[in-house]
Amino acid sequence: MSIDDDVEIRGQSVGLVEPQSFTFAAPPEPMLLESGETLGPVTLAYETYGRLNDDRSNAVLVVHALTGDAHVAGRHSDDDRKPGWWDLMVGPAKPIDTDKYFVICSNIVGGCKGSTGPGSTNPATGKPYATDFPMVTLGDMVRAQAALVDHLGIERLMSVVGGSMGGMQVIEWALAYPDRVASIVPIAAAARQSAQNIAFDEVGRQAIMKDPNWNDGHYYDGQAPASGLAIARMIAHITYLSEHSMREKFGRRLQDKDAYGYDFGTEFQVESYLRYQGDAFIKRFDANSYLYITRAMDYYDPTTRYGGGSLVAAFERLRPETRVLVISFTSDWLYPTAESKEIVRALKANGIPTTFLEVPSNYGHDAFLLPNDLMESAIRGFLAAVAKGGRR
Amino acid sequence: MTNGVRRRRVDYELIEEMIAPGSRVLDLGCGDGALLQELVEQKNVVGRGVEINDQRVLECVDRGLAVFHGDLIEGLSYYGDQSFDTVILSQTLQQTLDPRKVLREMLRVGKRAIISFPNFGHWSIRLQLVFTGRMPRTRHLPHQWYDTPNVHLLTVRDFREFAGKEGTRILREVFLNLGGRRMIPLLENWRASTAIFLLEKA
Repeated sequence: MSIDDDVEIRGQSVGLVEPQSFTFAAPPEPMLLESGETLGPVTLAYETYGRLNDDRSNAVLVVHALTGDAHVAGRHSDDDRKPGWWDLMVGPAKPIDTDKYFVICSNIVGGCKGSTGPGSTNPATGKPYATDFPMVTLGDMVRAQAALVDHLGIERLMSVVGGSMGGMQVIEWALAYPDRVASIVPIAAAARQSAQNIAFDEVGRQAIMKDPNWNDGHYYDGQAPASGLAIARMIAHITYLSEHSMREKFGRRLQDKDAYGYDFGTEFQVESYLRYQGDAFIKRFDANSYLYITRAMDYYDPTTRYGGGSLVAAFERLRPETRVLVISFTSDWLYPTAESKEIVRALKANGIPTTFLEVPSNYGHDAFLLPNDLMESAIRGFLAAVAKGGRR
Repeated sequence: MTNGVRRRRVDYELIEEMIAPGSRVLDLGCGDGALLQELVEQKNVVGRGVEINDQRVLECVDRGLAVFHGDLIEGLSYYGDQSFDTVILSQTLQQTLDPRKVLREMLRVGKRAIISFPNFGHWSIRLQLVFTGRMPRTRHLPHQWYDTPNVHLLTVRDFREFAGKEGTRILREVFLNLGGRRMIPLLENWRASTAIFLLEKA
C-alpha cells in the first residue's frame, strides 16, 4: 500500500478512538428499573466521534443491535484488524458525517462490552451478578442512555438512529423522551417482537440454559456455557441471512472435499460457516448477557406501555414536528417490511412527518450493516434536512 | 413515472393556484418532490407524498419532504378519512390499474382532488390512429403499445362521464394545448393535450 492510499483510507475514517465510560446511579440512589428492582452503580461504556457544536444541536445518538457495542467507528489501535461495527455509516463525509455531527454510542445496560451487565461485579457480594442481575428492559436501557446524554450536557438530540434491536430502542427514545429528539431513524426494526422472533430467541436461550456449564448462570469462575451460546448464535445467524444469500454464498457446496464423508463432521460449507460464527461469538460475548438482552427484546411492547394496547395511541406522545425515517429491507424476514409499515401507519395516523423507504436487498436482516447506496443516501439526506430545519 | 420530471413544468402553476395557503396536501406519485417543495415554500402547506421509485424518494428526502415509498393505493390506505384538503394525482391516472379505486380513495382521504392527465382525444392522436392505423404516440405518450405504462388512457369526455358516475362534482377544469399553454375551453376534447380537473364529492 502506498502512502497516498493510507492517507485516503484514514481520511475516510474517524481514525483512532478512545473508549470512555460513565458511572451513575451509585447507591444510595440506584436506578429504579421497570421491573421494580434497582440497579446501581451503573456504568456505561461509550464512544463519541466528531465535535459538539456551540449550541449543542448536532448530537446524533447511535443505538446498537443485540450483540453490538459502543465501538461504532474507527479503531482503538493501529493494530485493530477491523474498524467499528458501522464504520461505513459513521465518519468524515460518511452518511452520519462526523465533520458535521457529534455522534454518540454506548453499550446497553445488561451487555458485556464495558457496561454493567450480568458479568459485572455485584457490589453487594463482590462476585459477578450472574442471574442475580435484575431484569432490565429496553426502557431501562434507554433511560441509562438518557443519563449519559445528560452527562454530556445535551438537552435535545438531533437524531437517534439504530437498526434491529437498536431500532426498537430508537422508538422507545421517541416515546420516553418526545421532547428530547428532533428526529428518529428506526432501521430494519419492529415496534415489538413477533411470535416468530420470540420463538427464535427462546430456542437460543434454551440452548444456553441446557448447556451443563451454564449452572444457573453461575459459571464465571469455571467453564462458560460455550456450546450453548455457540448454538444460540448459529440459530440467530440463520435469521440474519436470507434464503437467497445462503444459496448464493454456500449453495450445497461441500467444505474442503469433493465427496460426502458419510459422517457427522463438517460436510457442507454452510455448516462450516455457522460453526465458525458460533465459535467466534463465544470469544466475544457473555451467555448471560445474551439471555437478558433477548428477554428484554421479547418483553418490549410500546403499545401496552404507552398506548393502552394501541401503537397509534402510543405515538400521540410525539411532538408533531418530530421527523421520522423508517427503513426496511426487502429480504429481511426477521423484521419484515410489514412490521416497519405498522410503525409508519401509526406515525402517519398522528400526522408525524414520516418517510418510509423499502430498500431492495438480497442480504436479509444483515443488510443494514452492509454497504448499500440507497440506505446510505437516505440517511445522509435525511440528517442533512433535519440539520437544516424548516419544512413541515 | 416516466414523464415525472417533465410533467411538472406543464401543470405546476395551474395546480398551485388551486391549492389554498396553509392547507394539507398529499401528492400521489410525487416524483422528485419539486411540486411539493414549491407548495411548502410558496404556500406554506403541510405536504406529504407517495412515490414508488426509490431514487425519487431519495430526492424527496434531500428536500426534507415526508414521503411513503410504495404504490399509490397502499400509500393512500395509510391516511384517515378527510385528512387532507387536497390530494393531487398529476399525469398518473392513466397509469393506475384501478382508476375507480384511486379516485374513491383520493376523495376518501382528501376533501378535494386534483387530477391531470394526457387527453387521448386530442386531434393529433385521433388522426394518427385514422391515417397510420397504429397506436398513436406523442411527446407526452412516447411509448410503444407493448411497453407503455399507460394502461388506462382516456379522453376529456371519458373523464367527465367517469367523474359523474363516481358521484363527484367537477369544480374546475383547465386545459393546456400541445405547447403547454392554457387554452380557452372550446372543443377541448379535440384541442387539449392535457386536462386538469378539480373535484369534490357530490
